[in-house]
Amino acid sequence: MSSAHVVIIGGGIAGQAAAESVLAGCAHGAVSVTIVAAEATAPYDRVRLSELLTDSLGAGDLALRPAEWYADHDVKLRTGVAATAVNTAERTVRLSDATVLAYDALVLATGSVPLLPRLPGIDLPHVHAFRVPADCAAIGAAARPGVRAAVIGGGLLGLEAARGLVARGAAVTVVHLLNRLMERQLDAGAAEMLLPKLEALGVTVALERDTVEITPDALCFGDGSRLGADLVVVSIGIRPQVALARGAGLQVARGIVVDDWLATSAAGVWALGECAEHAGTVHGLVAPIHDQARVLGAAVNHALGGTGPRPGPYRGSLPWAKLKVAGIDLVAIGAAEGDAEAISADTGAGVYRKLVVADGRAAGAVLLGDIRGHEALLAEIGAATEVSDPLERLAAAAALTVAELPDDAQICNCNGVCKGTLLAAVQIDGCGTPREVMARTRAGTGCGSCRAAVVEIVTAAGGASVEPHFLCACARQTRESVAAAIRQERLGSVSEVAARLGTGRECGACKPALAYLVSELNDNRHREERHARFINDRVHANIQNDGSFSVVPRMYGGVTTPDELRRIADVAERYGVRMVKVTGGQRIDLLGVAKADLPKIWRELDMPSGHAYAKAVRTVKTCVGADFCRFGIGDSVGLGIELEHAWEGLHTPAKVKSGVSGCPRNCAEATVKDVGLVAVEGGWQVRVGGAAGATVREGDILATVTTRPEAIRLATAFLQLYREEADYRERTYDYVPRVGLERIQTLLMDPNRVATLLERFRIAKAAVLDPWLEREHPYHDRQFDDLDPITAEPQPGGLSTPRIELVGPPTGGTR
Amino acid sequence: MIRVCAVDDVPAGEGRAIEVDGRNLAVFHAASGWYVTDGVCPHRGGPLADGIVADASVICPLHERRFSLRDGREAGGSLCVATFPVSVHGDSVYAQIDRLALAA
Ligand code: SRM
Ligand SMILES: Cc1cc2nc3c(=O)[nH]c(=O)nc-3n(C[C@H](O)[C@H](O)[C@H](O)COP(=O)(O)OP(=O)(O)OC[C@H]3O[C@@H](n4cnc5c(N)ncnc54)[C@H](O)[C@@H]3O)c2cc1C
Ligand code: SF4
Ligand code: FES
Repeated sequence: MSSAHVVIIGGGIAGQAAAESVLAGCAHGAVSVTIVAAEATAPYDRVRLSELLTDSLGAGDLALRPAEWYADHDVKLRTGVAATAVNTAERTVRLSDATVLAYDALVLATGSVPLLPRLPGIDLPHVHAFRVPADCAAIGAAARPGVRAAVIGGGLLGLEAARGLVARGAAVTVVHLLNRLMERQLDAGAAEMLLPKLEALGVTVALERDTVEITPDALCFGDGSRLGADLVVVSIGIRPQVALARGAGLQVARGIVVDDWLATSAAGVWALGECAEHAGTVHGLVAPIHDQARVLGAAVNHALGGTGPRPGPYRGSLPWAKLKVAGIDLVAIGAAEGDAEAISADTGAGVYRKLVVADGRAAGAVLLGDIRGHEALLAEIGAATEVSDPLERLAAAAALTVAELPDDAQICNCNGVCKGTLLAAVQIDGCGTPREVMARTRAGTGCGSCRAAVVEIVTAAGGASVEPHFLCACARQTRESVAAAIRQERLGSVSEVAARLGTGRECGACKPALAYLVSELNDNRHREERHARFINDRVHANIQNDGSFSVVPRMYGGVTTPDELRRIADVAERYGVRMVKVTGGQRIDLLGVAKADLPKIWRELDMPSGHAYAKAVRTVKTCVGADFCRFGIGDSVGLGIELEHAWEGLHTPAKVKSGVSGCPRNCAEATVKDVGLVAVEGGWQVRVGGAAGATVREGDILATVTTRPEAIRLATAFLQLYREEADYRERTYDYVPRVGLERIQTLLMDPNRVATLLERFRIAKAAVLDPWLEREHPYHDRQFDDLDPITAEPQPGGLSTPRIELVGPPTGGTR
Repeated sequence: MIRVCAVDDVPAGEGRAIEVDGRNLAVFHAASGWYVTDGVCPHRGGPLADGIVADASVICPLHERRFSLRDGREAGGSLCVATFPVSVHGDSVYAQIDRLALAA
């Protein structure tokens, strides 16, 4: 039997959901699906669009499915092609590239386009909609500090756009026609309380402003006033795309009219998503799309003669929305006002919670500032549960944990996943961790706001809350298992491990971890292979966002000399260094250096590498100390320089930063370093596991010792223990709490243990060379060089002929 | 076919940048063979030649997108880089690069 052909027009969330629902409901191979998508990219998650403004994401990151999905499911995806006409009698669709597709079932998922008011100036180049990646690219390019941006429209999307603009440093005003924001979702009370929250984020709100004209540098309002604006984003609503349906003679009102089975007025044609109108409503949210897709998939299969169950009717969707603006928690469900309401508000704390009751049943809720219990309220409002005491319901909902939610409570709005589906993934499909559950169900992969709830449910259902820590995730090998093989079989290089165990061959992400493990277990007498190192460790400099590098020479303890400074200055001038900067680690950074210049710069600097690019011993920050400071009780500079010389050049699981302070005033910030030494009356306090980066953690006191040699000995024993035990990329601030301070203290109290640690430290350190010496003895001839360029010389006729030889196709095999 | 480099120019398991008619490409000497691709990461312009190379893929050094060296597709994403047919003949690596198209 040949398979039935389902053609889906539109590659948005609705088109994708329809394809998946149709495929899920039929026997394998019974149906073949073609998606015709006018946009150039594969279906992507429009809900996450503003991440293109706020995060460093590219349009490709928003893909709903990886590229392989379409091939794996035999779905033909035709991007960049639009459907131009439908012939419902012949059951064919004509495409913009002049092909004609025959269909057995046609699904219209053409979505909508932004509504743009017909104002003078709406076509000016600084006016943008907020709907597709190109809009974000244009907005992102224009929005920067000093730019005055105006957002016309104070709805969900407008506020999201405003937030994205603020994140890019623009001064933002939201201009709204009515006297309160988000009037479709919020009541007056919540809208009022939203204002200070927006202002706290840096968004100015102008209410009751009727824009009548846009000029190149301002908005003009009906009352004659103006607002300076160099960038305008318009977000006042959507217009369903119905031209194709209308042209085919389908019944169209505001959207394409569909019945309770999502069928249009023409046989064999269905519609869903933002282009469809059901019972007088066009939904502009994602959750209804999933509700519709479920019914549509079953209905299409049924019509094509499938044996699946007859689909239940679609009875409309409960509108509900969560504001995706970092810093503001807001959920609005169903009706914002009704005949009975329970409100609990705390203006000071910015919390507003309201449950709306109609005819004794839950009908809507607005939760601002505290959205606990929204999953439960959503389920109750969806089921129109009877409510006798609304205030009590509101309080009870807040106290519910996700574990107590009913199975049909929707957890992931973006992908329409309910709690029962998550439980089934753990209990029936055997997913063991939140990550596996998310990959299987797609919960948490949209806007991400439900991720915490997913983790909680998976953990409660018996899944592990954390992944086992794999060194190589592809081959599922842990550090311990790889280390055992390296020891047992005396493997001396990354290639040997890869050949023996397959580690690092599939994706390569773990190669640097493997390289560290191989070097550490072989006391630095391994066979070095640069291909296993991150680029920083191949060229001993830190890569920058434009592919250039930075150079940070070592300045022991942050102490330098006029002569060193002179050399640095000379080098900076000679090589046109883009910026010379004093770092937070008490040394000097030369930024924006070309890779090919690195060896020359090192030669002229004649200073050792500061390892500012490596998972290695970085800085030892010091304060002035006893030699000069009137409070100093310890020689912090001397001890710091000694420690830095002792440790310099050693690679570590993650970077190690140290500090030595001459008294408890702690000017070297030693209490927030991986290893910190603080002079106290009668000796030195040794602290470990401190941090003041992405994580801030006060270092734990390992011990207080009386002499300088003891302090160095103890700190070094700790360093070696950490080198041997920590996972790659695990900073001491994670390592120390993981294994426990007490265990570390016990081990380091044991003189035999300390002696063996120090012995291995000494052996490893003896094999260390200053990597910048590779300026004279490079690891490879082209370590710092690109390949020679190939250029065509322009010919008089305009055509170019390559200067280099052209040879015929080689006969030998590839290698 | 254009001769892009000598086999010794790119160490095993690494990549190197090359400019062909002004366009940045990358040459990779991977365990599964030699590859030539676009040199510029479609994400934010990272230098792919400086990435970590696995058997048949490369990870961009800037934000760790991974691309198949065989067909240029991003793993788990929808970005894509151009790839060019390569063969090795004697000591030289050759690639079929449509140079007029490149120049366009
Ligand atoms: C240059 C410097 C900033 C400056 O101009 O002062 C710097 C620059 C970078 N830091 Fe830093 N950090 C610098 C001091 C710090 C400090 C302060 C300190 O060392 O006393 C911290 C907090 C202390 C800490 O680490 O606990 C710090 C916490 C980080 C972190 C967060 C680490 C964490 O686990 O919390 C990162 C990200 C990472 O390592 O993954 C980071 C990563 C980076 C990188 C390497 C990002 C990267 O991977 O490309 C930056 C390189 C910029 C560039 O393009 O060259 N940098 N960074 C400082 C160099 C110090 C030096 O002389 O070596
Ligand atoms: C910035 C932003 C944030 C949002 N946030 C949320 C949120 O937090 N929660 C929520 O629920 N909703 C949110 N939404 C709304 C949500 O994104 C939409 O409801 C949803 O994407 C609509 O999907 P759709 O597939 O119906 O339509 P669309 O996404 O418009 O997709 C239709 C596709 O069909 C294509 N097409 C049209 N005509 C043709 C043709 N003739 N031939 C071929 N292709 C055609 C179009 O090019 C388009 O790609 C947000 C929207 C935006 C813009
Ligand atoms: S804080 Fe550090 S990592 Fe972040 S931008 Fe500054 S230098 Fe880069
Ligand atoms: S530039 Fe390549 S991953 Fe970001």
